[in-house]
Amino acid sequence: MPARRFIVTVVADRCKECGICIALCPKNVLEKGNKLNWKGFHYTVPARPEQCIGCRLCEYNCPDFAIFVVEAEAAKGETVWARQA
Amino acid sequence: MGEASLGFLNANQAAAEGAITAGLKFFAGYPITPASDLFEYLAKKLPKYGGVVVQSEDEIAAINAIIGASWAGAKAMTATSGPGFSLMAESIGFAAMTETPIVIIQNMRAGPSTGVATATGQGEVMQSRWVSHGHYGIVVLTPFSSQEAYDLTIKAFNIAERLRVPVVVLMDYVLVHTRERVVLKKPPEVEVLERKKPTKPPGEYRPYEPDPEDLVPPMANYGEGYAVLVESMAHDERGYYAPVDDVYERLVKRLVDKIEVNRHMVVESATYHTDDAEVLFVAFGSVARSVMSVVKEARMEGKKYGLFRPISLWPMDEKGLRKAAENAEQVIVVEMNYGQLVREVERIVRDKPVHLVPLLKLDLPTPEEIVEAARRWL
Amino acid sequence: MAVIRNIHPLDRFLRPERLPHMWCPGCGIGIALSAFLRAVNELEEEGRIDSRKIVFVTGIGCTARASGYVRFDAAHTPHGRAIPYAMGVKLANPDLIPVVFSGDGDIVGIGGNHFIHAARRNMDMLVIMVNNMIYALTGGQVAPTTPEKIYTTTTPWGNPERPFNAVTLAWIAGANYVARWSVTHPELLKNSIKKALLMEGFRFIEVLSICPEVYGRHIGFRSPVELYTHLRKVVKIRGKIRPLETEYDWERGITLGEFVVRDEPGFVRRLMEVVKGGKA
Repeated sequence: MPARRFIVTVVADRCKECGICIALCPKNVLEKGNKLNWKGFHYTVPARPEQCIGCRLCEYNCPDFAIFVVEAEAAKGETVWARQA
Repeated sequence: MGEASLGFLNANQAAAEGAITAGLKFFAGYPITPASDLFEYLAKKLPKYGGVVVQSEDEIAAINAIIGASWAGAKAMTATSGPGFSLMAESIGFAAMTETPIVIIQNMRAGPSTGVATATGQGEVMQSRWVSHGHYGIVVLTPFSSQEAYDLTIKAFNIAERLRVPVVVLMDYVLVHTRERVVLKKPPEVEVLERKKPTKPPGEYRPYEPDPEDLVPPMANYGEGYAVLVESMAHDERGYYAPVDDVYERLVKRLVDKIEVNRHMVVESATYHTDDAEVLFVAFGSVARSVMSVVKEARMEGKKYGLFRPISLWPMDEKGLRKAAENAEQVIVVEMNYGQLVREVERIVRDKPVHLVPLLKLDLPTPEEIVEAARRWL
Repeated sequence: MAVIRNIHPLDRFLRPERLPHMWCPGCGIGIALSAFLRAVNELEEEGRIDSRKIVFVTGIGCTARASGYVRFDAAHTPHGRAIPYAMGVKLANPDLIPVVFSGDGDIVGIGGNHFIHAARRNMDMLVIMVNNMIYALTGGQVAPTTPEKIYTTTTPWGNPERPFNAVTLAWIAGANYVARWSVTHPELLKNSIKKALLMEGFRFIEVLSICPEVYGRHIGFRSPVELYTHLRKVVKIRGKIRPLETEYDWERGITLGEFVVRDEPGFVRRLMEVVKGGKA
């Protein structure tokens, strides 16, 4: 059976840098970013999406509706912004 | 429809009948003297009209239940007396803030605190207006007979539904123990109004966006797909918390102004021999009945006494009162407390001496007792 | 003006223009709310619920702010009054599904009397109590759920009070469904909510939550992850035990699980039966 692939999306302007997703990810997909969002938080970045197994612990444990995982043909890490000028 | 029937009812029963005629569908209450028999009357009767009556664990639950029921689409009411009214205070402000149509029957008894549960009083003139913290609009109506208890309860629902405000019907211990003839008019002989429904689709509809003309926002009920937010915090037209000056000011002003703008729907008074009155009495509720006898007897003796009786207590018929006091040399306010209504009368009638006759008695004062208490000005 | 996009799969149940929400970094309330919204989403996809019938009622407190973020019919009521408000909603229109989502102070503190009486009546509603064990919005005062001996701003020498075990309280008052979960186990919570949403009568789910900013600081944790990890050690999932056997103790452990599943008629059905019986 071929390995399943996932797109991991972080909504940058909702992230509050609590670090729960990073701590819970069993495959070290996520890490704290260097950049700040407009609230002054270093938002999480999906640095290694190809390691994602789709357990969704990050999505289910995120208090801020700021990260989610969708199955796809190719693995991908996305950083998006809800608020656009 | 269109017919009327006769009843021999006390004010509690008459108010209950008025509520049924107005379309009451939900009543929650907690037992208290002297409001329990209104509750009991409805408990037996309202289910026959498809309504629900429930006894809550306290008055705080009762008032919140009727607010929730109103948003679920029901015309909703509770009934209580002073101690229960005090418990409801916070949530009456909640109803005012969220512009929820509700009716509260408040049967005054002798206070303060537990006071005398089985005696009459008028200690809630000011409390009925300012019961909850903050500044908001509210309507208070005061019947003086069973007939008026019936009529004014219908009017209370019409105002509540049309203006999206809490309306208090302020009765008293004497009225709710006086049985008398009541003509129970039904539509179309009596007008029954419904809340304004949204004209905009969900998504565009805003639950606190007023019609510019009457300052009243149309009201979507729960379950109709509008996702309405009933917000107790200071909110914008969407119901979103907005702690900013202009939103706050606009909201509070409108909560008050919408009653002013629609004054014609609310303001009501009655006069008795006021055209040429040299002594003008002001009284409301059951006490006004005794004062009426005072005026009647004085007239037979050729004395030019008159009576102005506010029917809407808040807001009061200020023009009517000024007109009634035009020829008066003095104005005498008779009330069963130590001076509350008199402050409002003093504010409205500025160019005449206004005297207070406070009657801190447990039974309805007789006309003789009133004359005796007011003798120094007569 | 900024344009707000719907992005997250739960955004259709939210008001994205109001996000990010007011809760502190790492606050567990958002995890509990997410579990609730996923439960609704799944039930709706399975055709078992119409989310337009949900009325989302909250009181006052951190958790209670949730009513402002969800796109349901909702109410943000005075402190402690969510349950009687929800009662009025249900009795006036039994087609509606009232869900009370509020904090421990709101539900078993100031609203405690409403809570026990709604349970006693088996009033048809789902109550989700997010328990952070502290009055957080007001700055960290003792709550009826604060464990013994813990420092709070109003018990600076340690909490002398005994806390409520809300599970036994709900059970003994007569609730049809009683469960306790934790934000550290959001899928178990979601499954429980799905089950409870479809039942009748009074359903109570307590959700142990983390308040890193206030409760966490009081007990010496420096980050949300530390507190989250510690709570995961405090909670103990137990199957098939009775409410009286549950523990609520920060040292010995807090029992999670489903403790009461009854099928007694809810208040609406009882009321209809007696009214019909009386030939009203």
